Amino acid sequence: MKALRRLFAAGTDRELPVPAAPGTPLAEAAALSVRLGGRQVLDAVDLTARAGEVVALVGPNGAGKSTLLAALAADLPAGSGEIRIGGRPAGSWSPPELALRRAVLPQSATLSFPFPVEDVVRMGRAPWAGTAAEDEDDAAVAAAMEATEVTRFAARPFSALSGGERARVALARVLAQRAPLLLLDEPTAALDLRHQELVLRICRERAAAGDAVVVVLHDLGLAAAYADRAVVLRDGRIAAAGPPAEVFTGALLGEVYRQPVEVFPHPRTGVPLVVPERKR
Amino acid sequence: MTATAYDAPATEDDGPDPGATDTRNRVRGRAFVLTAALAAALLVGCLLSAGLGAYSIPLGDVLSSVQHRIGLGGHALDRVGESVLWNVRLPRVVLALLVGASLGCAGALMQGVFGNPLAEPGVIGISSGAAVGAVASIALGLNFLGNWTITVCAFAAGLATVLLVYTLSRSGGRTEVVTLILTGIAVNAFAGALIGLFIFFADNAQITQITFWQLGSLAQATWPKVLAVLPCAVLGLLVAPFYARKLDLLALGERPARHLGVDVERLRIVLVLVVALLTAAAVAVAGIISFVGLLVPHLLRMANGPGHRFLVPGSALGGALVLVAGDLAARTVADPAELPLGVLTALFGSPFFFWLLRRTRRKQGGWA
Repeated sequence: MKALRRLFAAGTDRELPVPAAPGTPLAEAAALSVRLGGRQVLDAVDLTARAGEVVALVGPNGAGKSTLLAALAADLPAGSGEIRIGGRPAGSWSPPELALRRAVLPQSATLSFPFPVEDVVRMGRAPWAGTAAEDEDDAAVAAAMEATEVTRFAARPFSALSGGERARVALARVLAQRAPLLLLDEPTAALDLRHQELVLRICRERAAAGDAVVVVLHDLGLAAAYADRAVVLRDGRIAAAGPPAEVFTGALLGEVYRQPVEVFPHPRTGVPLVVPERKR
Repeated sequence: MTATAYDAPATEDDGPDPGATDTRNRVRGRAFVLTAALAAALLVGCLLSAGLGAYSIPLGDVLSSVQHRIGLGGHALDRVGESVLWNVRLPRVVLALLVGASLGCAGALMQGVFGNPLAEPGVIGISSGAAVGAVASIALGLNFLGNWTITVCAFAAGLATVLLVYTLSRSGGRTEVVTLILTGIAVNAFAGALIGLFIFFADNAQITQITFWQLGSLAQATWPKVLAVLPCAVLGLLVAPFYARKLDLLALGERPARHLGVDVERLRIVLVLVVALLTAAAVAVAGIISFVGLLVPHLLRMANGPGHRFLVPGSALGGALVLVAGDLAARTVADPAELPLGVLTALFGSPFFFWLLRRTRRKQGGWA
């Protein structure tokens, strides 16, 4: 049966991704501008995500974080400028080839039919059907479910889960895809404290294993603790980019978020803590 | 790429998962049992349907006549029996199989493409659209493709309707239930008006033909009619299963499906064509038989989950079973008269549809 499927898939020629050396750019946006509904959502944005690093996209609502992520995922045509994925223009890959190179976690996870959790996670393996990596399917699914702590409800229908559990299942699906570029849109939004930390630890591990991770975050503390680089967006432009310790200053964040903040180092680790200025 | 075991701190109940493979095997086993049961029921239904009726043919005679025809021994029946079996009953059974399989499969595909469990060719107006084409060809006395004329006209009109409904009922990459049903009402009304218009201009003989055909019936089954729909139905039924896995991915939404390598635009075009083919095949010979495509996939989803690799072929099998059984009932319960099959399926299908609506509404907390 498997041999038969491979025979069928052999007709669809796909170029498999090769492991990238640390530091290789896996996703690049160059002078990227995007207009949506008559509004300039992104304006001349430059961003590179390299193998082995975690890049956090932060900024106020409507700054263009999700749009930038969607553009990096090759979901949106660039108005002007260029998107490169895996070293080639995004448009030159076929959809199956792109699926081997980047995995995307959408902001909200929906499902039209009540598939059980394990089947949902297994959908992440679809791009590898008909390749040698198909043999890793079971292992990849099991590892992804364990990492996100969803193994316990593997047999439950997705529709019966809580918001946070759904978010973790969606993440497990993305991890199971084992693409070298991970684009995560607010993976921590619905999660409790423990699982927020868990998700960011997973991001670090994937980076350590040689993947590039771009993650949209609202929690600046998480971004400061786990990201190699933080990119602060404001009104579709990059206001600042660099290591969180350099970028996260009271002056910059206060201005970008239009909310005065205090930034001070954690007494033990020295990681910047960002707290809004409060009266008392 | 990583195969690292993430150092997730073990929680109270997150162990390794020996149950997962078991569950998968169980599901696969259930699919197999269901398929076998459906196939067996279908075979029994076909044999019963071939034997029962105004002129009763014992089961043994049916079998031996079939054996005789395919050259495996057996014996021919007397002249009347042979004629009833081969010129009346069997074409009807085969037509019921084809139409039922087409309707069931089209329903499953359509629900997958729209990502909406209420999509069905009858409910959202595809059948009426195809019917407009068929009625037009009858009323205008078209005959440019001989036997295939009605089928081709039904296909063209059905395809136009699917495309219309699809564009009208989608916004932002999603199809909301309300929009879909309301679009269906509008399309059904418009198609009804067109059909009325054609009937207005038709002569008496054509009107009788159209009216009976519209009620949905297999009463005029003949081998040429079987041949007229065979290519459409078989092509559609053969192509559909190849898209099952992609339909599973489409349940995640359009963008996530694209992220997993599905060429969503192409998938949609192919499947819309297949749905139009299948619906046209069914409508061209049997008129509007609604709710089969709604009922069958739903029952199968309840029995074996929403995976399309079983659902698509399973719905074809289930649809064929429902129609063979339905047709048998239609021509035996009111003996010697014959109920229109479409009336019968609607009689049972509508309450089910109502229940489904209530359930969907409750789950979504109202339509808003």
